[in-house]
Amino acid sequence: MKPSRLTECGNWVLNRFPVTKFWNDHMAQYYAPKNFNIWYFFGSLALLVLVNQILTGILLTMNYKPDAKLAFDSVEYIMRDVPWGWLVRYMHSTGASAFFIVIYLHMFRALLYGSFKHPRELIWIFGMLLFVALMAEAFMGYLLPWGQMSFWGAQVIISLFSAIPVIGDDLSLWIRGDYVIADATLNRFFAFHVIAVPLVLVMLVFMHLVALHEVGSNNPDGIEIKASKDPWGHPIDGIPFHPYYTVKDLVGVGVFLLFFATVIFYMPEMGGYFLEHANFIPADPMKTPEHIAPVWYFTPFYSILRAIPDKFAGVIGMGGSIVVLFLMPWLDRCKVKSIRYRGGIFKKALFLFVVSFLALGYLGTQPVTPIATTMARLFTTIYFGFFLLMPIYTRWEKTKPVPRRLTKVKSLEDQLHEIEEQIPAFIEEITEVKPNLTEIGHPAFKGAFFNRRPNPQGIAHVLSRVATKLKRSLD
Amino acid sequence: MKSLVTILLLFTLAFSVSASEEVELQEANIDLSDSESLQRGAQHFVTYCLGCHSAKHMRYLRFALDVGVDPKKVLNDIAPEGASIYDQIHSAMNKHDAEKWFGVQPPDLSLIARSRGADWLYSYLKSYYIDPSRPFGVNNLVFQDTAMPNPLWKLQGEQHAEARKTIYGEYTKLELDEPGSLSEREFDLFVNDLVNFLVYVGEPVQLERESLGKYVLLFLIIFLVIAYMLKKEYWKDVD
Repeated sequence: MKPSRLTECGNWVLNRFPVTKFWNDHMAQYYAPKNFNIWYFFGSLALLVLVNQILTGILLTMNYKPDAKLAFDSVEYIMRDVPWGWLVRYMHSTGASAFFIVIYLHMFRALLYGSFKHPRELIWIFGMLLFVALMAEAFMGYLLPWGQMSFWGAQVIISLFSAIPVIGDDLSLWIRGDYVIADATLNRFFAFHVIAVPLVLVMLVFMHLVALHEVGSNNPDGIEIKASKDPWGHPIDGIPFHPYYTVKDLVGVGVFLLFFATVIFYMPEMGGYFLEHANFIPADPMKTPEHIAPVWYFTPFYSILRAIPDKFAGVIGMGGSIVVLFLMPWLDRCKVKSIRYRGGIFKKALFLFVVSFLALGYLGTQPVTPIATTMARLFTTIYFGFFLLMPIYTRWEKTKPVPRRLTKVKSLEDQLHEIEEQIPAFIEEITEVKPNLTEIGHPAFKGAFFNRRPNPQGIAHVLSRVATKLKRSLD
Repeated sequence: MKSLVTILLLFTLAFSVSASEEVELQEANIDLSDSESLQRGAQHFVTYCLGCHSAKHMRYLRFALDVGVDPKKVLNDIAPEGASIYDQIHSAMNKHDAEKWFGVQPPDLSLIARSRGADWLYSYLKSYYIDPSRPFGVNNLVFQDTAMPNPLWKLQGEQHAEARKTIYGEYTKLELDEPGSLSEREFDLFVNDLVNFLVYVGEPVQLERESLGKYVLLFLIIFLVIAYMLKKEYWKDVD
């Protein structure tokens, strides 16, 4: 059969440009482990949010004015007079917070399953560079609405550079382009936020993915699926990314968008965490707000900065809290990757780390009080302890034997079904029959839920069983 | 390990309890679907606030369209004389005069409800009291040493602050000395209408946003169901 005109045109391109090869290498013939769980949605979601930020960002620049006199009003112009401008702006502002939520969960996944370990050190390094670039992007973007928090937040953070000995003052002056945050700062931050850093981000995402697809994905069992291959050279425990994970990630996208849309349409300020109240007041260099707090995603690091009494030491501490993350692949001496087979000491350490990270984040949103500072110091110590003591405590970890092939995971339906089956027994245990009501009660209610009352002994049993289980999982 | 967790939890609790102590705010009753209230609020705003404050991000026409009144009616009943329906709500006061008279330029009120919150505005407008030590003879319980005189004193009457002692500690209560032209209930409604209008002005799109949200969420639920079924279908043969 003679190929059609269209096919010929297509072939003409394909012979000169390797679209098919690219598609196969990264999608249709990229083998991913088949046991990814919920933690593995956040990579593709991060990509989705990045695309959202770029598209809505482009639309915003069409009406935004990077000028200290016009910036604040132009944002309100977008919110009120530009058709659908409010939606685009809320998608962008909510997207910024969503980006950090997704990225923090994505990074936590790496800690859980040891995805930063050999042979994936470089993926982790690229990822950390992405995180740093993302923080720069968010920080500079936050100046653009030119509200009080934009101005004073930037003022505080840039003045940190002046704490560096000898060159500090000149350096912060050079960054600002003026003695205070001013029009010059706004203009250069606009340039960085809109073109320079996004280019770096996209490039790093590309490198992150190329590095990932070279060595292959890790999985909740922390086993290299390439170790056992079928006769055709494909990993037995792997499945092609497309279509299996493209359709699976589509479900993740749906769930994520439900949350995302709920915030955009019903709580775009998120109680002052996504859009701070003070940022609805135009920037005023003469009036310092009572309480300067960075946006929630920076607060853990801001807490560390405030916890350290000396300003320069604080800057070092804050920088150090991010630098230690880069060193993860070499700090962790344990050969076992997944938390499923690691020793109790690592689980406890990771738990303490998460608690201290969340606590530092909360403290960073609050005004300074003596007790808050003491707490922040305690949690800062735990934060650094987790990393700096890691070479010691991971060396003597009592690990469990790692299986050679992926373990089977129960499907969501099976798990739900099992829970459903356990419910009657569970209710039986935590309640008891009301002694005198059984005879009086209507026959229809006999043995029903209404004739029962909570049984303290049973509840205590259940709680102690949960506690024992929790303890066993930690040992 | 267990005791450590307990200690951490206790510390966090102890900290969160010792939060800030401020004047307790009264709750405003915000209902943006109440068109009558919004119109009254707009009238009050033009009569009592516009002398000094603008709401420059808001246009009369937008208000008429959102609230569902005839633009001509807005022009006759609400907007000051000489205003065009396409105008933004600008104040007549000159910037330099304002600074001479009040020491500061009265802020634009377009976004005041978003930076301060409805309850704060409601309580603030009701919490003026006589204080001869201040330039305008009044002070405010919610915002100490405010630069703004009380524009509503004729309506509310004059209040004075009275320190009260109870077993729980001291607090200040405002007592009405001389009733104004409105009763207490009427004045509460008056302030509430005004705050309702300011909340609307803070984000005119909020009613539309919330009604649109339903359809978006409905679409996403349908999308999610289809995506889930698609995933089930593809993953049937993976074990």
